[in-house]
Amino acid sequence: MKPYDLKIISNVRVSERYWHLKLDARPIADSIRPGQFFNIKCADLAFLRRPFSIYRINKEEKTIEFLYLVKGNGTVHLTEAAPGEYLNIFGPLGNGFELKKEWNTVLLLARGVGIATLAALAQEAAANQVTCIAVLSARTNNDLLSTEMLERLGVEVYKVTEEDGTSDVEAVEKLIENLLKANRIQAAFTCGSKRLSKLLQRMAKMVHLPAQIALEEHMGCAMGVCYACVCDIQENDDTHSVRVCREGPVFDLNKVVLK
Amino acid sequence: MDHLQLGVKIGHLYLKNPIMPASGAFGFEMETLIDFNNLGAIVPKSITKHPRGGNATPRVCEVNGGMINSIGIQSKGVDYYVKEILPHYERYDTPLISSISADSVEEFAEMAEIISRESIVSGIELNISCPNLKGNGKAFGMDAALSYNVVKKVKDVTDKPIIAKLTPNVTSIQEIALACEKGGADALNVANTFLAMAVDIYTREPKIGNVLGGISGPAIKPLIVRMIYQVRKVTNLPIIGCGGVMTWEDVVEMLLVGANAVQVGTASFINPTALPDILEGLKEYMTANGVKDINELVGKVNIKHNQVESI
Repeated sequence: MKPYDLKIISNVRVSERYWHLKLDARPIADSIRPGQFFNIKCADLAFLRRPFSIYRINKEEKTIEFLYLVKGNGTVHLTEAAPGEYLNIFGPLGNGFELKKEWNTVLLLARGVGIATLAALAQEAAANQVTCIAVLSARTNNDLLSTEMLERLGVEVYKVTEEDGTSDVEAVEKLIENLLKANRIQAAFTCGSKRLSKLLQRMAKMVHLPAQIALEEHMGCAMGVCYACVCDIQENDDTHSVRVCREGPVFDLNKVVLK
Repeated sequence: MDHLQLGVKIGHLYLKNPIMPASGAFGFEMETLIDFNNLGAIVPKSITKHPRGGNATPRVCEVNGGMINSIGIQSKGVDYYVKEILPHYERYDTPLISSISADSVEEFAEMAEIISRESIVSGIELNISCPNLKGNGKAFGMDAALSYNVVKKVKDVTDKPIIAKLTPNVTSIQEIALACEKGGADALNVANTFLAMAVDIYTREPKIGNVLGGISGPAIKPLIVRMIYQVRKVTNLPIIGCGGVMTWEDVVEMLLVGANAVQVGTASFINPTALPDILEGLKEYMTANGVKDINELVGKVNIKHNQVESI
C-alpha cells in the first residue's frame, strides 16, 4: 500500500448511472488481486478519499480499471477528471478473493456496483479455466453492467432486475436452488447487496458451500488505524470485531455477521 | 538543512522534532509508509482498561472541510496493549506517548499506574474528553474540578510526563487549562474534536451511527489556533496543537500562536505520508526564512500594540 499519482487514460460514462475509469498503472499492475481496493482522492472538493474495488487488472498493458456508480460528492466530482490528468490513488488495500485450485465451478452473486468487484474475480477464474455461473441483479437492465464482458469470458450469466420483476429474494432463491442442483458448484462469491448476501449465507450454510463476500463500508483511513469500517465475525461461539479495510474487504460469508 | 534545530521539549520529554501523530489516526500499520524514527513522538490509538466494542457504523462521514467521527474508542484493553501493541514500537528510538481513556478518575489513575511500568512509554496523554461514567456522563474535560482531579490523581501514581488532552467543547478553555496545570500537568494538548452532527436529507438519518460525533479537519483549524492563542496567554506549560493541521503552513501558524509541538491526525487519511511531508516542508520554511531553531517561532505572533481583542 502506497499513494501513487496515476495518469488517467479514459474516464467515460457507460450507462445512466455508471462511469468507467482506466488508469496507467505501470508501477503496480502486477501486485493487485481481485477483491482488493484503492482509496482514491476523487477531487479537491471531496475531502475524504473514497474506496473503489478493482474492476479489471490488465497485466499486459499495465492498466487498471474501475467501474463506479455516481452517487455522491466524491463520485460526482470524479466524473470531471479528464484523460491526461493524474489521480492520486492509495493502495492496493485489503485482502482479495481466494480462488482455490480444486474449485472447477463457482457461483457469483452480485448486485449493482458489486458486479464490478466480482467481474475482476471472473477474469481470474477464466484465466484459470474455472467455470463461472453469475447471477447479476440490478434496478434496471441499463444498470446491468459488464454482462457482455462476462459472457465473452465464458461466464454463464443470469440477469434479474426490478424492471423485469425478477429480482426479489424469493425469485433469486429459486434460481440459485436450480443452479445448485444442475451444477457441481464448489464455492460462491457475493458483493453489492445485504439482502442477497443474507440469502446466499443462509443457502451456503445449509449445503456447506464455501462462500466469500466483499464488504462495502464507509472508511476513514482505509489502512487499519482509525477503526471506522468494522464488522463482526462469528467463529464458533466467539464474536469479534474486524476492520473491513484491513482484515477484509473479503471475508468468509459463513462467518461474517450481516446486520 | 542539517544545521536546523528542530528539537522541542514537552516537560522532561525531549522530541527530536515537533511533528507527531494524533491519537486515533496512527498505527503500526503505517510502518511501510513512513519512517517512525523521523517522528517527534509515536502516539498509538487511545486505550481503555477493559476491551470496548466501539460505536455503531457509520463511524465517519465527510463534511465541508473535514470529517465527523464517532468511533467510540474501540479498544482491546490495557493488557492486550501492553503485550501486543507496545512491542511493535520497541525497535524505534522515537519516544512513545500512550493515550489513555477511562470512565472514572480512579480508573485513569489505575491505568496510568499500569502503563507507567512499561519502560517504552515516555509520556502519557490523558483523553479527558471522554465522559465520566461515575458522574453525570459529562466529559471530565468540561469541568475544571474534574479535570484537576484526574490530572492530580494520575500525577500521584506516575513520574512520566503527563499531557492533558483538552476538549474544545467548553465555555472557557483557559479555565480548564489552568485547572490541569494546577493538577500538575506537564503539558496540554489543545485540543480534541468539536462535537458535531450531520444529517442525510434524503434518508433523514444522522450520517453517524452514534448520531453525534467529533469534527476534525481544516474546517476547525482556525478555532484551534484561537484556543492555542488563548491558552498560551494564561500558561507557560508546553502546548501541543491538534486540530485541522493539513500542511506545514498550519504547523507554523500554530507555533506562532504558542504551540510547542503539533499533532497531525485527519491529514494522514487524505495524504498517508502527511507526517513526513509536513516535516520536510517545515525544514524548507526554516531554511528559507532563516529560522535556525524551531523554538524561535513559538508564540511569536505579531500582535500590534493597538490591536485589542474584544469578545
